[in-house]
Amino acid sequence: MDTFLVLTPGPFTTVQDNGRIGYQHMGIPVSGVLDAFSFRVANLLVGNAEDSAVLESTIVGPQLAVLREADIALTGGEMGATLNYQPIENWKTIHLVPGDVLTFQQVKSGCRGYLAVSGGIDVPDVMGSKSTYFGGKIGGYGGRPLKKGDIITRGSGSLLNAPRYLPEKWIPRYPDHLTLRAVAGPQDDHFDEGLETLFRSEFLVSSKADRMGYRLQGPPIQHRENVPQSIISESTMPGGIQVPADGQPIILLVEQTVGGYSKIATVISKDLSKIAQAVPGNSVTFESITLEKAHHIYTDHEKRILEIAEALAGR
Amino acid sequence: MASSLFEKAYFRIAGDCGLLVEYGDAIDPAVNQKVRSMAIVVQNNMPDGVREIIPTYRSILIYYDPLITNPAMLKETLTDLESGLSEIKIPPPKVVEIPVCYGGDYGPDIEHVAQSHNLTLQEVIDLHSEPEYLIYMVGFTPGFPFLGGLPEVLHTPRLKTPRTLVPRGSVGIANGQTGVYPIASPGGWQLIGRTPISLFSPERSSPILYQAGDRIRFKPTSPSDYQRLSDMEDS
Repeated sequence: MDTFLVLTPGPFTTVQDNGRIGYQHMGIPVSGVLDAFSFRVANLLVGNAEDSAVLESTIVGPQLAVLREADIALTGGEMGATLNYQPIENWKTIHLVPGDVLTFQQVKSGCRGYLAVSGGIDVPDVMGSKSTYFGGKIGGYGGRPLKKGDIITRGSGSLLNAPRYLPEKWIPRYPDHLTLRAVAGPQDDHFDEGLETLFRSEFLVSSKADRMGYRLQGPPIQHRENVPQSIISESTMPGGIQVPADGQPIILLVEQTVGGYSKIATVISKDLSKIAQAVPGNSVTFESITLEKAHHIYTDHEKRILEIAEALAGR
Repeated sequence: MASSLFEKAYFRIAGDCGLLVEYGDAIDPAVNQKVRSMAIVVQNNMPDGVREIIPTYRSILIYYDPLITNPAMLKETLTDLESGLSEIKIPPPKVVEIPVCYGGDYGPDIEHVAQSHNLTLQEVIDLHSEPEYLIYMVGFTPGFPFLGGLPEVLHTPRLKTPRTLVPRGSVGIANGQTGVYPIASPGGWQLIGRTPISLFSPERSSPILYQAGDRIRFKPTSPSDYQRLSDMEDS
């Protein structure tokens, strides 16, 4: 169902879902949304399965002409959205009718905005996912960001009987300073004082920050003496904090499968949503937690999402 | 020769959803063979809660769902699978033949490679297409094979300045490594030829023609055969 006409695309708006699971051994990265919380809640708001495909915009959102009735929800970074040039809010559903114009501006807080629509964005699956993998030119709209004139189609999801909103207590804030919780490893044994440097210093998000990874600037993290600075290349995981020879850490994200530098620690899954909303110049500190605690946080977070799903569905 | 295979697998924690299992500490065909065997056995007996496994040179990364399983449970399962490994028949690795048109526009650096080793172009081609290369790992870009077994006389440093765009199918050398670029990407390898075959084809039932642990052999092909194969791929 043709639902939007792209009037302006914004610099980097792509279709994303949960990502491509099971193809990394072929060198095909998982891709998918960077901010899983915003993604899941946006879908739950409009009554979709929580892994339906959405639009992810970076820094500046698109302008879309509405061609067909639909409900949408905007979550994540606050991009000064308007409907027919009247301000609208994130974390609430909005009912659209043909002729409406949806406009986004530059992000005011956060970095990435999400738009979920009734039925989900409908593009063909490529290797089990609708996610755009720009580096490999697959998924979404021909493997590329949206461009002017694209017609965006949605699946045949039913419309809501009444608007929905996410209660205030669950709405995340995007402060200029982030604390990221991380579990030491896989190569924490390649560092001694470097671990102190990581967990006791402040780092800045550099301008080299994209879906492959976020490069940080700060005091150099030293490898242990007599330990080579590169390792035999191995699989990388989203959240892995890679330390190259210059000691400036890179938080690896979703568009990479292998790497040859040691990873001192790994950011927990839940906090990847915070990185997704960080912009260059934000400051970052890392908090060391045990794997056991990380798993508690993971389980609690899943319970929270379930709670949100039930609250939104009015159960 | 001392073996670089570990007596027991070494486990590393890779965040709240990842467990890295190492089987050795070197780039070594025996270690990679162990990785391949374990990857096949785990794939065929996928433990509950495992989302995906990724074999590389000497380790396997296991992605798991922490709501269902955890490293302690996975270690037990993997140790059991490993102890039963000797009784399981592992299929032999595939040998994939990749036609390559060497030199000319397809391999703009082949003369440099030849000159730096005092070889003729034909000698470079013969040497490069002789071995059966072991695919240690696939990654970097979709289908990019990291190969072992390049004859030492062909070892050549990377370009001083990487190319911003290496054409799809290019075959290159970087120090002791050789490989082929399945998609166009930036790269600093010395390009000696190109294959007309689509190594990455997302619509194909197997998007990639080989896996880590398989073998690749390069088959020299004339420019006219290159064109013919290339036309067949396009149709």
